Amino acid sequence: MDSALTLHRLHFAFTVTYHYLFPQLTMGLALVIFLWKTLALRTGDERYNRAARFWTRLFAINFAMGVVSGIPMEFQFGTNWARFSEAAGGVIGQTLAMEGVFSFFLESTFLGFLLFGERRLGPKGHWFAALCVFVGSWLSGYLIVATNAWMQHPVGYALDAAGRFQLTSFWALVLNRWALWQYVHTMLGAVATGTIVVGAIGAAYVLLGRHVEDGRLFLRTGVPVGFLAVVLLAMPTGDAQGKLIAANQPVTLAAMEGLFDTVDGAPLAIVGQPDMERLALDNPLVVPRMLSFLTYRRWSAEVKGLKDFPRENWPQNVPLLYYSYHIMVGLGTIFIAVLGVASLLLWRRRLFESRWVLWALALLLPFPYISNTAGWMTAEFGRQPWLVYGLMRTSEGFSANVSAGNAMFTLLGFMGMYTVLSILFLLLVYRELEHGPRPGDASPSHAG
Amino acid sequence: METLWFALVAGMLAMYVVFDGFDLGTGIVHLYVARSEDERRRVLQTIGPVWDGNEVWLLAAGGTLYFAFPVLYASSFSGFYLPLMMVLWLFMLRGVAIEFRHHFDNAVWKPFWDVIFAVSSALLAIFFGAALGNVVRGVPLDAAARFFLPLWTDFLPGASPGILDWYTVLVGVAAFLALTLHGALWVSLKTDGAVQARARRAARGAWWGVVLATVAVTLVTFRLQPQVPARLSAAPWGVVFPALAVAGLVLAWVFERKGQERGAFLASCAYLLGMLTSVAFGVYPYMLPSNVDPARSLDIHNAAAGAYGLGVGLVWFVPGMLLVTAYFVFIYRRLAGKTTVDEQGY
Ligand code: HDD
Ligand code: HEM
Ligand code: HEM
Repeated sequence: MDSALTLHRLHFAFTVTYHYLFPQLTMGLALVIFLWKTLALRTGDERYNRAARFWTRLFAINFAMGVVSGIPMEFQFGTNWARFSEAAGGVIGQTLAMEGVFSFFLESTFLGFLLFGERRLGPKGHWFAALCVFVGSWLSGYLIVATNAWMQHPVGYALDAAGRFQLTSFWALVLNRWALWQYVHTMLGAVATGTIVVGAIGAAYVLLGRHVEDGRLFLRTGVPVGFLAVVLLAMPTGDAQGKLIAANQPVTLAAMEGLFDTVDGAPLAIVGQPDMERLALDNPLVVPRMLSFLTYRRWSAEVKGLKDFPRENWPQNVPLLYYSYHIMVGLGTIFIAVLGVASLLLWRRRLFESRWVLWALALLLPFPYISNTAGWMTAEFGRQPWLVYGLMRTSEGFSANVSAGNAMFTLLGFMGMYTVLSILFLLLVYRELEHGPRPGDASPSHAG
Repeated sequence: METLWFALVAGMLAMYVVFDGFDLGTGIVHLYVARSEDERRRVLQTIGPVWDGNEVWLLAAGGTLYFAFPVLYASSFSGFYLPLMMVLWLFMLRGVAIEFRHHFDNAVWKPFWDVIFAVSSALLAIFFGAALGNVVRGVPLDAAARFFLPLWTDFLPGASPGILDWYTVLVGVAAFLALTLHGALWVSLKTDGAVQARARRAARGAWWGVVLATVAVTLVTFRLQPQVPARLSAAPWGVVFPALAVAGLVLAWVFERKGQERGAFLASCAYLLGMLTSVAFGVYPYMLPSNVDPARSLDIHNAAAGAYGLGVGLVWFVPGMLLVTAYFVFIYRRLAGKTTVDEQGY
């Protein structure tokens, strides 16, 4: 039984982690493309349109990957988490169904126009298509985050006679306080991916001496917007999420921070490895009293350690949770530093000559993906051992009628399928980047 | 309230079949109707801008099912685990084939994706038909409303059936033929010249197959699932649904003969809608009958979500669907007429 549970969890974790690689870029890019279309409309500067066209091509490839990997997500609630779906469908079915009705239709309809419609719709109509794709993808983000937030922090429900959760307040579900902060933080994470990728490609073009004009434009947009996003990621949104966790999931906070003993004036661990035998942090490097201050704004506040909670309520994998969290925050700090320096140089008009900084920007490319993934792993491992926090355990939610062997088979199938898709994806992206933005807009037509 | 949501979910699934049906049908016939690269591009362009939007009907229908009938969603999705996963893989292959084919221009890449597109479309059509067959035949639900079906057992629709038995395969073949007809009529509507001539030929061939399959499936279903004739005699007005299907089928032939492409395509839509609503009407109020103990069947009452949720759902569902209708009217009007190859795009 145990191994079926593990496989269903791995199945979901693998497919959702893969899926999220694509929406994080498309949601961020949707904003950037919309900005460019707006600037082009305002200033009449054709360079913005050219940048928008180039990135729309890359957007489309990512979008296709997002769609093909997203459809399995929708199915897996039923296939792999049947008991959870039966119990919670009456609540989270609302937000999931709304996502299909409101955002997927909007996005998929207007992406067609964004891709094919520039001639047919004219500048205003094309701008409107960009707006709709942006709104559609950000709405999609909200509704799925609201779904996740209900699992983290269930509100607006009651248990019926059959032991199922039923919705009692629509607005409580949709305006869940947890969802609001989680949404802003997640979207900023997506903007970070979008802008850092745009900036990194721009930096690479400038360094290579190819498409230099376009590369500079990418940098001028990517660097300052990205800087704003990563600052806002830390403060106030990351900080606010930390406070929500402290208030609602104190055991998760202790595990994220690697805090085993309850202390007044808890230190913040910068480096260290949770040792699950000794129940202490190995080779720690800490900032004294910082955790208490960050969490409660008092240097001497008491923060509860893991040992004060019953062991069966600890997140099952404390080290992984701790590392994920520290990787996210560590990378966030690095982003702030690099993008801060780059923004300063951009403002002083020295960025395009500073090869070291351009190198740093180009090398940043994979890291927002890593911090976004680490962030979700923090949220999801932190929620363990609960599927619906405090109410339903993960071990109670999987499809018991689907055996471990079947789950293993399809997990391997997805792994193989995704390997092939990844190779194709990289090939196509490489080819687009190699071509670069084209001078005119003459290009081969789409599906054909 | 439950009946209303039953009708809405069934309606959304029917919309899915009508819309994505012609994408699948186009996939099935495109190797035959389009011979040169130029023709291939033209045929693919008829669905290029719309296939993703059409597929969203399935996602939205699935989401609505999840929200309105969570117990059914949980039971059927986990019970049909293996075939559903295969459907997912086919969806992936099809999506990738449509989107990635045009990125490289060489003699291996494009034919490869063309075949993948055709095969995945054909298999999806058959799987969807077989799925419908399973729902009509019923599955061995246990006391907790759970089941798990193997892909096949002895190919008999008895007490321990597989996903595939001769009945569900028959329905799968019928679905394949119906979508072939549907796709061929769509291509003939959107193209001209040699491609259109071949599409019309394909449509006429498929039409005879559809007639035969429809008769066979109807006869067998009446014997196999006594619920269906019982429903019809209890509520005789229900014959409007099969009547719609028959009218659609006949008109598709008439219009096709006269060369009225739009009429023929719409008639095929009517046929599909008629068939699917007939099935929904025939199984109502059941959603997933048990083939061993009728008392364990999932129906619209024991599978539904709470009353408050269902009520609130209407408040956003109705305006949401009006919006969707507006998008679809807008996009199909924009894209009306024959497609040409020199369409501008990225
Ligand atoms: C570029 C991506 C990125 C960056 C740089 C950061 N985050 Fe983050 N973080 C995310 C992307 C992300 C995310 C992927 O979007 C998560 C996953 C779930 C969520 O709400 O957002 C997340 C989750 C998440 C959580 C867990 C929420 C939960 O358990 O539900 C906390 C406490 C923080 N973040 C805090 C921070 C802090 C203090 C940062 C300081 C620099 C930070 N994040 C940078
Ligand atoms: C907002 C939408 C999301 C929902 C509704 C959701 C829901 C779930 C569910 C139902 C599980 C399985 C049960 C469990 O093991 O706890 C799970 C696990 C997991 N998810 Fe998410 N998830 C979402 C987003 C993500 C994203 C974007 C990632 C990307 C990295 C992610 C990473 C994981 C991981 C790593 C696990 C495994 C945790 C474990 O087994 O301990 N999730 N999630
Ligand atoms: C378990 C969780 C998830 C499910 C069930 C899910 C479901 C889906 C589905 C079915 C699609 C395809 C839509 C289409 O055909 O147009 C999709 C795409 C998308 N998803 Fe997810 N998704 C999940 C996690 C997430 C998360 C965590 C986010 C962001 C916060 C997200 C954002 C998007 C976006 C923006 C798209 C549009 C396609 C793209 O931009 O790549 N999804 N998702």
